[in-house]
Amino acid sequence: MTAINNATTKIDLTKVKPYGDTMNDGMVELAFTLPVPYGEEASEAAKQLVKKMGLDEPAVVYSKDMGGGFTFFTMYGKCQHTVDYTTIKVTKVEIETMDRVECQKYIEDNIKREVVVVGACSGTDAHTVGIDAIMNMKGFHGHFGLERYKGMNAINMGSQIPNEVLIAKAIEVKADAILVSQIVTQKDVHIANLTNLVELMEAEGIRDKMILICGGPRISHELAQELGFDAGFGSHSYAEDVASFVLTEIVKRAHYKHPTLGL
Amino acid sequence: MKSKLNLDPKVIDSARSCAGRIAESMQEFIEKHTTVSTERTIIRLLGVDGIDDVETPLPNVVVDQIKDAGVLSRGVAYWMGNTMIQTGLAPQEIAEKMSAGELDITKLKLATKEEAEAKIMPAVMDALKKINAQTKKREDYIARIGEGKKPYLYVIVATGNIYEDVIQAQAAGRQGADIIAVIRTTAQSLLDYVPYGPTTEGFGGTYATQENFKIMRKALDEVGEEVGRYIRLCNYSSGMCMAEIAAMGAIERLDVMLNDALYGILFRDINMQRTLVDQFFSRVIIGYCGIIFNSGEDNYLTTDDAYEAAHTVLASQFINEQFAVLANIKEEQMGLGHAFEMDPDMENGFLYELSQAVMAKEIFPKASLKYMPPTKFMTGNIFKGHVQDALFNMISVWSGQSLQLLGMLTEAIHTPHMQDRYLSIENAQYVFNNARDIGSEVEFKAGGIIQERAKFVLGEADELLHTIEEEGLFRTIEQGKFGGVKRARDGGKGLEGVCVLDENYFNPFIPLMMGGVR
Repeated sequence: MTAINNATTKIDLTKVKPYGDTMNDGMVELAFTLPVPYGEEASEAAKQLVKKMGLDEPAVVYSKDMGGGFTFFTMYGKCQHTVDYTTIKVTKVEIETMDRVECQKYIEDNIKREVVVVGACSGTDAHTVGIDAIMNMKGFHGHFGLERYKGMNAINMGSQIPNEVLIAKAIEVKADAILVSQIVTQKDVHIANLTNLVELMEAEGIRDKMILICGGPRISHELAQELGFDAGFGSHSYAEDVASFVLTEIVKRAHYKHPTLGL
Repeated sequence: MKSKLNLDPKVIDSARSCAGRIAESMQEFIEKHTTVSTERTIIRLLGVDGIDDVETPLPNVVVDQIKDAGVLSRGVAYWMGNTMIQTGLAPQEIAEKMSAGELDITKLKLATKEEAEAKIMPAVMDALKKINAQTKKREDYIARIGEGKKPYLYVIVATGNIYEDVIQAQAAGRQGADIIAVIRTTAQSLLDYVPYGPTTEGFGGTYATQENFKIMRKALDEVGEEVGRYIRLCNYSSGMCMAEIAAMGAIERLDVMLNDALYGILFRDINMQRTLVDQFFSRVIIGYCGIIFNSGEDNYLTTDDAYEAAHTVLASQFINEQFAVLANIKEEQMGLGHAFEMDPDMENGFLYELSQAVMAKEIFPKASLKYMPPTKFMTGNIFKGHVQDALFNMISVWSGQSLQLLGMLTEAIHTPHMQDRYLSIENAQYVFNNARDIGSEVEFKAGGIIQERAKFVLGEADELLHTIEEEGLFRTIEQGKFGGVKRARDGGKGLEGVCVLDENYFNPFIPLMMGGVR
């Protein structure tokens, strides 16, 4: 058993590759379908393809005729490539998340007025599960939504809200922040819609007067910033994460001193 | 059948009769109104089809001209019948002339209501003949090539391109699917017209058009012949064009249609007056031609908590059942919806889900219950997701569901890939076969968790129904009692398309369809 501790199993963070059951074995599992009829030729095609993906010893562990000239594969292969973990840099929302009670106290102590947040599932998107999880009273998975936060006026406009309507509402209620949820990402429809929102806000001259946040399962902070948003929240984000960001930004930008946001 | 849950039949009767009174009171409202889309449905059934040079469907052209003249309250059937008398033209020719600006049908000499009705009747009977031929064709197919065992395996395709959908749907049929639903492109429910022709561009789904229906029907018939199993086609008779799409479905032989006014009100913010009126005509059509309708109660559990809001699902099922009764829909065609949406971290969640699924079956024994898979707590962990779906399948076969919308392991990631559909069909087939008779073998402990849960949910539903009866359905929706979503009576989309009837109004299809005229 002493062999387990031998030096070859030690991790080199400058050369990281997948781990199956032995350090640096590079084991990767894959599942995909090829548009070719089931058979040995199909399996060979799958192996060659996986090899080209940079995986050694490609093995078809399961294949299945999908009908109509399609074949499904479950495969394994050993990754030949490595990455240098020590040089990785990821753009993240850099704030300490406060819980709901702390957020409420933060508003009381530092902002001293009601914070207004307007949210919507904008464009043609009809999937409100994300915005509801963040905003609705009940929240999600035991994390209460912004509607329950004392000192916060959270307005959830619901689904399929045109960007123009969302902006008009934000201006009307003098919102501190706009939250936009995008679930449908087929053919990158969310990118066009989010970009359009930023452009409209810039045209209205209110982009720098409001905190603009987007969220959704395919949204990262990096993507959000690229599109001109202040922050992006992906899966596993809760109301308190969004609230903490909004509140600290308000203070950081000294928006709290300008309750009307100059509108 | 003896109740395994030991439910009190008196409470069930109380809830059902209460829902009956709620539906009746809404029916009074419905029968005094029509809508632009209900009227367009009549036009479509009379055989008017096509678009003008700016792609406005001719049924919209006809109805808008009548509405703009301020005489929609008399009904398009009258105006069409009268125009046929005065001009000798057929409905399609009339529509084309109206579109070309060559005919103002509100400025002609006026015949009596009886004369107009008599004139239009041959065209009405033609429409019914067309629909009946399709209903008969379905029956023949099922008699000749057979169908899958219940729960029917129900999968979706959603590529946005009808021709790509065909490839996916045919593959799913070969893999064992019994029902293929073509998901609509996002936001179609809010269009106040039905797009025309075959379509290849959509987001998160494909446009529901009559041509797309026809293309998919043909593709599924082909695979059905090939695999020796009739494959049902599902689409959405919902949104602003609920009734028109029901008519298209009847003509193109769809088998299952989503159809639920409450869903449109709550989740698409469609005006409640508008959609309840549209729902009635759409359900009359659906009932007449043997389509199974699906209601959307499952959605309440995505916006509200699945454990706490279980009684709202049951209450809504009772109301949907009673609305269906008023439209003369057979119980077997009632695809009342519910879902497996509790938080997987909940202790004994499986027992509660089982209890509620068995409860639905005991309360609506003949209905074709539609059971919806976990979505809210699908995380992107496809491996766990596949297990969640297996538990869902277990409850379905145990409780005797009819329409099983298969859960996808990749739920919350993307619309299903070909292999996702295969894996979920395989999952369901394995579980259904392996536990086929579990429902008739296993009984529940008297006074145990499962029995008590059902008793509690039924009691709460009965209570909620009585509150709704007292307050009225409109008011209840305004208060956000379903799905935690509040909607105003005069809010939402489409109210401007609602119109009060005058005493000479008639819709020739409703009495004939409800009378079951063949």
